[in-house]
Amino acid sequence: MPGKLKVKIVAGRHLPVMDRASDLTDAFVEVKFGNTTFKTDVYPKSLNPQWNSEWFKFEVDDEDLQDEPLQITVLDHDTYSANDAIGKVYIDIDPLLYSEAATVISGWFPIYDTIHGIRGEINVVVKVDLFNDLNRFRQSSCGVKFFCTTSIPKCYRAVIIHGFVEELVVNEDPEYQWIDRIRTPRASNEARQRLISLMSGELQRKIGLKVLEMRGNAVVGYLQCFDLEGESGLVVRAIGTACTLDKLSSPAAFLPACNSPSKEMKEIPFNEDPNPNTHSSGPSTPLKNQTYSFSPSKSYSRQSSSSDTDLSLTPKTGMGSGSAGKEGGPFKALLRQQTQSALEQREFPFFTLTAFPPGFLVHVGGVVSARSVKLLDRIHNPDEPETRDAWWAEIRQEIKSHAKALGCHAVVGYSESTSICEEVCILSASGTAAVLNPRFLQDGTVEGCLEQRLEENLPAGCGFCHIPYDELNMPFPAHLTYCYNCRKQKVPDVLFTTIDLPTDATVIGKGCLIQARLCRLKKKAQAEANATAISNLLPFMEYEVHTQLMNKLKLKGMNALFGLRIQITVGENMLMGLASATGVYLAALPTPGGIQIAGKTPNDGSYEQHISHMQKKINDTIAKNKELYEINPPEISEEIIGSPIPEPRQRSRLLRSQSESSDEVTELDLSHGKKDAFVLEIDDTDAMEDVHSLLTDVPPPSGFYSCNTEIMPGINNWTSEIQMFTSVRVIRLSSLNLTNHALNKNFNDLCENLLKSLYFKLRSMIPCCLCHVNFTVSLPEDELIQVTVTAVAITFDKNQALQTTKAHVEKSLQRASTDNEELLQFPLELCSDSLPSHPFPPAKEHLESASSNSGIPAAQRAVTVEKTSPMGEGNFRNRSAAPCANSTVGVVKMTPLSFIPGAKITKYLGIINMFFIRETTSLREEGGVSGFLHAFIAEVFAMVRAHVAALGGNAVVSYIMKQCVFMENPNKNQAQCLINVSGDAVVFARESELEVVSTQQPAANCQPACTGGEVTT
Amino acid sequence: MTSELDIFVGNTTLIDEDVYRLWLDGYSVGDAVALRVRSGILEQTGATAAVLQSDTMDHYRTFHMLERLLHAPPKLLHQLIYQIPPSRQALLIERYYAFDEAFVREVLGKKLSKGTKKDLDDISTKTGITLKSCRRQFDNFKRVFKVVEEMRGSLVDNVQQHFLLSDRLARDYAAIVFFANNRFETGKKKLQYLSFGDFAFCAELMIQNWTLGAVGEAPTDPDSQVDDMDMDLDKEFLQDLKELKVLVADKDLLDLHKSLVCTALRGKLGVFSEMEANFKNLSRGLVNVATKLTHNKDVRDLFVDLVEKFVEPCRSDHWPLSDVRLFLNQYSASVHSLDGFRHQALWDRYMGTLRGCLLRLYHD
Repeated sequence: MPGKLKVKIVAGRHLPVMDRASDLTDAFVEVKFGNTTFKTDVYPKSLNPQWNSEWFKFEVDDEDLQDEPLQITVLDHDTYSANDAIGKVYIDIDPLLYSEAATVISGWFPIYDTIHGIRGEINVVVKVDLFNDLNRFRQSSCGVKFFCTTSIPKCYRAVIIHGFVEELVVNEDPEYQWIDRIRTPRASNEARQRLISLMSGELQRKIGLKVLEMRGNAVVGYLQCFDLEGESGLVVRAIGTACTLDKLSSPAAFLPACNSPSKEMKEIPFNEDPNPNTHSSGPSTPLKNQTYSFSPSKSYSRQSSSSDTDLSLTPKTGMGSGSAGKEGGPFKALLRQQTQSALEQREFPFFTLTAFPPGFLVHVGGVVSARSVKLLDRIHNPDEPETRDAWWAEIRQEIKSHAKALGCHAVVGYSESTSICEEVCILSASGTAAVLNPRFLQDGTVEGCLEQRLEENLPAGCGFCHIPYDELNMPFPAHLTYCYNCRKQKVPDVLFTTIDLPTDATVIGKGCLIQARLCRLKKKAQAEANATAISNLLPFMEYEVHTQLMNKLKLKGMNALFGLRIQITVGENMLMGLASATGVYLAALPTPGGIQIAGKTPNDGSYEQHISHMQKKINDTIAKNKELYEINPPEISEEIIGSPIPEPRQRSRLLRSQSESSDEVTELDLSHGKKDAFVLEIDDTDAMEDVHSLLTDVPPPSGFYSCNTEIMPGINNWTSEIQMFTSVRVIRLSSLNLTNHALNKNFNDLCENLLKSLYFKLRSMIPCCLCHVNFTVSLPEDELIQVTVTAVAITFDKNQALQTTKAHVEKSLQRASTDNEELLQFPLELCSDSLPSHPFPPAKEHLESASSNSGIPAAQRAVTVEKTSPMGEGNFRNRSAAPCANSTVGVVKMTPLSFIPGAKITKYLGIINMFFIRETTSLREEGGVSGFLHAFIAEVFAMVRAHVAALGGNAVVSYIMKQCVFMENPNKNQAQCLINVSGDAVVFARESELEVVSTQQPAANCQPACTGGEVTT
Repeated sequence: MTSELDIFVGNTTLIDEDVYRLWLDGYSVGDAVALRVRSGILEQTGATAAVLQSDTMDHYRTFHMLERLLHAPPKLLHQLIYQIPPSRQALLIERYYAFDEAFVREVLGKKLSKGTKKDLDDISTKTGITLKSCRRQFDNFKRVFKVVEEMRGSLVDNVQQHFLLSDRLARDYAAIVFFANNRFETGKKKLQYLSFGDFAFCAELMIQNWTLGAVGEAPTDPDSQVDDMDMDLDKEFLQDLKELKVLVADKDLLDLHKSLVCTALRGKLGVFSEMEANFKNLSRGLVNVATKLTHNKDVRDLFVDLVEKFVEPCRSDHWPLSDVRLFLNQYSASVHSLDGFRHQALWDRYMGTLRGCLLRLYHD
């Protein structure tokens, strides 16, 4: 279906002075699409030109419509010399290509120049007329909707979730072309921006085609990334989840469907083999470290890729299927087989979603991950990017086999990333192995699923914790107990996942951000030797990162991690590992034991004393944390728990783990294996330092919480004030003290100080929570470490929070103390099944009957309802109009979350995916590196907001800064930065406004708009 | 480990009012951090000095970037780079254009030129205001002056429209611009007791009554609209003021005027005898001020003259303010009863304003 693109250039404002003599500018505009260019007249001598052009019409194929950006260049007319470019605007017209999104793009766009930044604004109107044509062999995929959001977008309903789509395109990086020797950096940066824009368009179109082939109509959890491979080229790759979405028309209907991502997950204790060497040994290893498996030696290609790929792939696939065969047989549930068949047709049963429709997720197996070290070489034929495809296929295969080994057929919360340094590239993929409900994966209805769920009789709030694998044939040594919630199924003692906390999960207390940070020096080396060195280091790093995570989790008194993201970054002379996750206490899992310190030389008296002193400090910290995060698990008597599954001890020198605050459970824990994580051996100074560093993590100041998931467990009553921010820090290491230990300390301090600064800066928002805290580490140069953080601070109502928490605790206490399991299960099921799926009336009835039957007080009901609407919709309705329902025109909110507190998203306008390069040759004059980057990031925000506003939106959700590559050369007074951001443009309406509009005259809206300035974002 | 780069960018630009004040006051980052530490913020928040340093740097950088926009406040409203709630924008602008009383008294009535700018060092030393802050205030005066200098229409409205200031601040700026334009002397020792508010009050009255803009609405020559400006005193009016000379030059008229005033005020004035004795001197003083206003030099000395010729004599006789008011009212009004005097309108235009000014200037 070809189309007609129409563009009108209206006016400009705040243009820079281009003619020094007159202090004015003679501006005109070039409008380019594909190979066609139109020009406006010159508007002489004005900084605020009014072109009011005719409609420029481009008749184009829809393929081009998808690929090409609209390029608008503003120039200064010069009679005697060449016209000077003032700047450019790239407009992605994709949002105009599907009917439900925007119909017109109209507004003020910042005019951007790679050297000068934003130079004035231009008012543009863009429309598209599409002609229908039913060519079955079409190359375009107009009409497929894209969402960055990693859950089913609000105001849509998932009819079918088809599954994984991926694509990548490669090209030569203009920056590295021969022509760059003669053209200016500015010209090549512009060429880069243009090329990446084009490549993203092409990539999106190709993904769209795959979605159409799968008979889907949308991609959810779309994640597009660039690999700047330097001389070997530029790779743009994307993954996503193909879905068939239905627009919910009635507002009443959409609340339940969107807001019930009942994701469930579960995870397995990281039972790493203490000796990483075994990883490279026989085929049994992958089974052992399923949870997260790294097999660098296997997947690392020593030579340049293509020839080697086959070699490395073969053994791996073998192992994968081997494990599958082994594990697959004994699997119990019928359901699982069903799922399996549904999923087996897919090459990669992966889902980039992190939150799911109710009933979708059945069990969670744990985190699966794979990394591979590759040597980059020039991409010879950009049209056939086989090598890169093969690399990723290989990694995905590995992930798939790990998932199988965990008794899971699918991987959810899946993501991929790379880290490149010179010609070495680490490819990483991770996700959470899971068992899914097959009904969603084929044609069928959501209702069907729910029925099925009820049949399964899975207790809500704990079902996802139950192990999917066979306990007699466990893929790794784990410590299982009966679920503390339903007491019917087995659960692991710790659960790590990459997904968001399922909304129906029963959590005790609040969660917190947990990070593991690690540096390892490595020798500088070239090519193959370098790759070998890196792959040798990787297992150690992964092991330590997990140990750290586990220790910190214990220290917090929690038993599960959500949103786990482990980033390994490679630099010239070091590797950095940064893992972030949100720790919570899941009611279904056992109480974690404490941390026990053991010394190696027990005879030394002073040493003993020291150890016991440390032990006391650790115990104190655990107790303090439990108080801080309000973790008061109910006391449970021994019979209920049932006897633990006995397990062979891993070590002979096993020591008691205990914590003062959980003595009753401790008794039980003693006999179990899998103690390694609880015991810290202090055998040398390094270990001592590790323990110290554990204790140096300072909790956030009171009134602050932080998490890297969408929402903070235990806080439901968000108020409407949000502040999204990006913070970047770069430190220079002095080369003198480059030891692993000093490095670790520096890195740890960097992260801790950064967090402290954030808490300080945002102190006026207290009580508030930093949500979706996203740390990115890069090593731009030898001795530089760069950390980039993007997050959103959301205020909440403290009083309500307290009430909720109390009620919550009461509820859990109650549950625990009741012996009657049936009574217990009934209400629990209701809150996950009936409520999210619907209709309030039936749900209420159920609840009523439940409470009258079981005598559960009304208070609990309230909690139940609240819990199911974590987005706060339920709560906000009760609140009086937000103090600042601020609908001031022009304000565009940005948030990394998929929702806006206190508001309803009424329309999705399309995806925002923007790439900018900024350079300077006058670094000092622009305020040094900080001034330069500060201004650039502010400009990027401005351009995102302008595009959203032009689409008619007032917010960006699921915003993410995917790349922020900063390079400086202070000696030359130069710097350059590349930034890539994306998100979903939406229209939202405040709930209070919705109510006001319906009940009062429109005038009422003005009031908050005038007074409500304070709370913009 | 040294921090190479350290930034924080919010989708809504964070503005810390306290840091903004320190920045406006011209403190360096180091001084600002020290002052913040002294304020006890570390104890309140549990932050470290390094955090404070980083935070202060960040705010300073933001303010520095915003400063360009603050030079033309409407730009701040329409720009897209910094998302700032309207109330915050207003605060930024208002505070940026706010000035110190001590500083404004030093430069009020001076030419806003490079020469004066060079004196800022001295002013800084004298007032204890940092040089940086002095420069900002001076540049603000100059910038506003430049923008509204050639504009027609109400001075206050022009200032308000182009700088988006509050009514109060816009009026102050109108006064500053008016004083700078007319170069009224305010620095003399005998004028030191006067506050900026006193001068601003007088400026407002003068703008309302003595400028070309003041007669704009009057059915005068419609062509003179070209010069409808609040900045300059009405030259024609100043020329006409010479006609008032007759009030003191004509002895009969002066005597008659005196007797009218004395009759009316007898018994009502606590300082009646002093007034009676001084009447001719005071009247000569007030009328002579009027007649001399054709000379630029005398315009500049207007306030000096008023203080010398009227305020000081009355003060030395300890006139209470209420008596000064009674006297001035009567003094102005009685002229209407002088049959031989034909310039009643002119007199009212002159004396109406002068009376207001004198009452304001009459204090210790």
